[in-house]
Amino acid sequence: MMTGLGATMVRAGRRLLSSLPALFGVLVFTFLLMRVLPGDPAVFFASGPNAGKEEIEQIRKQMGLDKSVPEQLVFYLSDIGHGNLGRSMMTGQPVLKDLRERLPASLELTFTALLIALIAAVPLGVIAALRPGSVVDHGVRLFCALGVCVPTFVSGLLLIYVFYYLLGLAPDPTGRIDVFTSLPPQRTGFLSIDFLLAGDFEGWWAACRQLILPAVSMALFVIAPLARITRASMLVSLGSDFVRTARSVGLSWHKVVVTYALRNAILPVITIAGIVFSTMLGANVLVEKVFSWPGVASYALDALLSSDYAPVQGFVLLMASLFVLVNLVVDICYGIADPRVSIE
Amino acid sequence: MSEDLLSIEDLHVSFSTRRGMVEAVRGVSLTVGKGEMLGLVGESGSGKSVTGFATTRLLDAAGRVTGGRILFRGQDVTKLRGDDLRHLQGAAMSMIFQNPRAALNPIRAIGLQIADAILTHKKISKDAARTEALELLRAVQIRDPEARMNAYPHELSGGMCQRVMIAIAISCNPALLIADEPTTGLDVTTQKVVMDLLADIAAARGMATILITHDLGLAARYCRRIAVMERGRIVEEASPKTLFSVPQHAYTRRLVAASPTATSRIEDLVTEEERERTAAIASKPRPELPHGTPPLLEVRKLAKRFNEGSAAVADFSMTMAGGESVGLVGESGSGKSTTSRMICRLIDPSEGDIVFDGQSIGHIASRDFHRSRHRKDIQMVFQDPNESLNPRYTAFDCIAHPLMRLDGMRAGDGLRKRVEECAERVGLPLDLLPRFPHQLSGGQKARVGIARAIACRPRLLVLDEPTAALDVSVQAVVLQLLDRLRRENDIALLFVSHDLNVVRMLCDRTIVLRNGNIVEQGESRALFDDPKTDYTRKLVEAIPHIETGPALAAAL
Repeated sequence: MMTGLGATMVRAGRRLLSSLPALFGVLVFTFLLMRVLPGDPAVFFASGPNAGKEEIEQIRKQMGLDKSVPEQLVFYLSDIGHGNLGRSMMTGQPVLKDLRERLPASLELTFTALLIALIAAVPLGVIAALRPGSVVDHGVRLFCALGVCVPTFVSGLLLIYVFYYLLGLAPDPTGRIDVFTSLPPQRTGFLSIDFLLAGDFEGWWAACRQLILPAVSMALFVIAPLARITRASMLVSLGSDFVRTARSVGLSWHKVVVTYALRNAILPVITIAGIVFSTMLGANVLVEKVFSWPGVASYALDALLSSDYAPVQGFVLLMASLFVLVNLVVDICYGIADPRVSIE
Repeated sequence: MSEDLLSIEDLHVSFSTRRGMVEAVRGVSLTVGKGEMLGLVGESGSGKSVTGFATTRLLDAAGRVTGGRILFRGQDVTKLRGDDLRHLQGAAMSMIFQNPRAALNPIRAIGLQIADAILTHKKISKDAARTEALELLRAVQIRDPEARMNAYPHELSGGMCQRVMIAIAISCNPALLIADEPTTGLDVTTQKVVMDLLADIAAARGMATILITHDLGLAARYCRRIAVMERGRIVEEASPKTLFSVPQHAYTRRLVAASPTATSRIEDLVTEEERERTAAIASKPRPELPHGTPPLLEVRKLAKRFNEGSAAVADFSMTMAGGESVGLVGESGSGKSTTSRMICRLIDPSEGDIVFDGQSIGHIASRDFHRSRHRKDIQMVFQDPNESLNPRYTAFDCIAHPLMRLDGMRAGDGLRKRVEECAERVGLPLDLLPRFPHQLSGGQKARVGIARAIACRPRLLVLDEPTAALDVSVQAVVLQLLDRLRRENDIALLFVSHDLNVVRMLCDRTIVLRNGNIVEQGESRALFDDPKTDYTRKLVEAIPHIETGPALAAAL
């Protein structure tokens, strides 16, 4: 099916091109938004509350804030064009470097959370759809409802309370790894993978233990939409004519449910998983804070609170690009999973 | 036929619904001998499909066999469980469904789907199953079967999909094949090819077949014995010949009368008892128009291209006088719906012009046509009465809406009177007006659709397969209604249909379309009796004529 794959790639490429204007819009919009927000970074970053007017003026000049907004925008855009996202006033490092250090942490957490969520949600949805209206169905619904209505920081704290404080099963909820563990050579930035590549299984286990609680508390929040959509599309699929055909020729239960019904039902789940993933990336700031996870979201929040323009703008641009990328991946997955999606 | 393969004894099936248990099948008994083809005929809701599903154990979760036995080779099917049931399904009996495209898994290559069925019942390797699947595709006469093995259902036509479905159903050589409306929704010519194929395969492999259909003509053509079902019971069982010549039961008489044949007229579609009511309206001779009056509608060299592709319709010209009825026939993809939509000004033509009542309307963008004063003169009745009514509008709202939009009427007594008058004209009981579409039957919805179309007193009514989704007895009434409206109000009818028998009855003239071109046109009766082109002849011959049924059966 080379032609199908080729068509999908062409479609993906076209999608990528058409998202460039949107990215540009995000860029300009965030820039303007930051300028409209109250708070003067020059005052904030001056040496102290007693800093004189001249000092503030000087900082302002140094930061380029004395120029008009359009001028600033032009400078900003040309910097972006050269791959320069500016320098963070907080950390004193280039934003690009900061983001590059923190992004793998966020990605690792989000990927794990999504994986846990999918592993839990798809079977739950399928079980619920196989017995609609039964006790199991209502149980799944209750579980999902609880997952959504308990905020992630509450569930995170609860998990810490139970597994760290009461049971002592989990390690300290502080960061990605124990301070005393030696870090593996950085290759992917994903600690669990880097440890494996380095052959350090003890370190891998330590990293996984750190990862599991924050990932579960994030996953709890997104199991609901994934399980609900799985249930709904599974119900449609099970009631469809082709499942009836499959049953009419006596295919085994497993074949009917998995190969015929679930494979069709999974298509909308792919789409939702993409959306959920993008949302999680940005929205996991609470989890990152609770578990002192050194991710991009908590970095951006700190920057926002201290009116540090460059990191926030960098973060938004990063999120927008990731969003485009995730949509692209979803598109490609969809094109592979569903032969009907070809050139539109 | 010494021993019955299948014998259903006093079968009862109930469905649990929100309003309690509903009995769909109430005491059906029938037998099918080895290699026999039995026709099970009835209208929607008669329980014919439910009987089929109960036999193959494919009832919905809500449906339950509440009484009776279904003996297949002496074994009660209703009591089978687990593996015994699975060995029965597919291997001993299998089913072919209506709407073949939906019946196939959309994301699995058809070769794999056939192989799935084979592998379920035979202990052979995947490669061997693939070879067998290929063999089956050949058996159902699919061209280029090697390439088609990897095709997906959406890449095949409806007729092709049904062949694949047949291949799946016969993959393990079952003794009994149940075909549930296997050709509904297919073109007449495809219908014939698929049914011939099915009959040949069943005969060659000695399979008994139950043909479930609403089409008496189809059953008569292929079956030697027909059971007629009404409201969950079998009311009559006989050979096609007896059924048509001396139908015993009142329902069969009505059904036979309502089934259009090559010679039937609109008046014949109901039985004599019912005819009294409609006879009062005498056919009024159409007043001769003074010479030189422009035709009501003149279409000049109309063409439509979608997306720069080849023309869906090319060089289409026609004229219609007021009060005339013209039929537009052709297979799917012939461009008949596209043409009717252009004339209705719902889509824009790429070339050509449409002149209505002496004024060119072809150049008005379809987006803006609702503001034209001709909007209310040209109205449309759509194919699916279920889909074409707003589910949140009551019947009253549906009819009132065009009156308010196009005639500028305000809510009040005047509007109420007009709506009630329209409802009366289409024979819709006034107490149904406050109901929502889902509370109406198919025939009632069709009437609402027609009432809505005639509310603004149009002069041209374009009907796109208005009876395709209806039962024959309802169709009979709707056709009579349309014919009466035409004669009473001098409404011109442009009737788009694939059902040639209906067009022959209703239309003065007929235009045959193929691939967007006019193949033939002329007086309906002459055109059907003596087609000039091969294509038209093929179409006419493909119609299941009731007369040919007994002849065929006798020849066997």
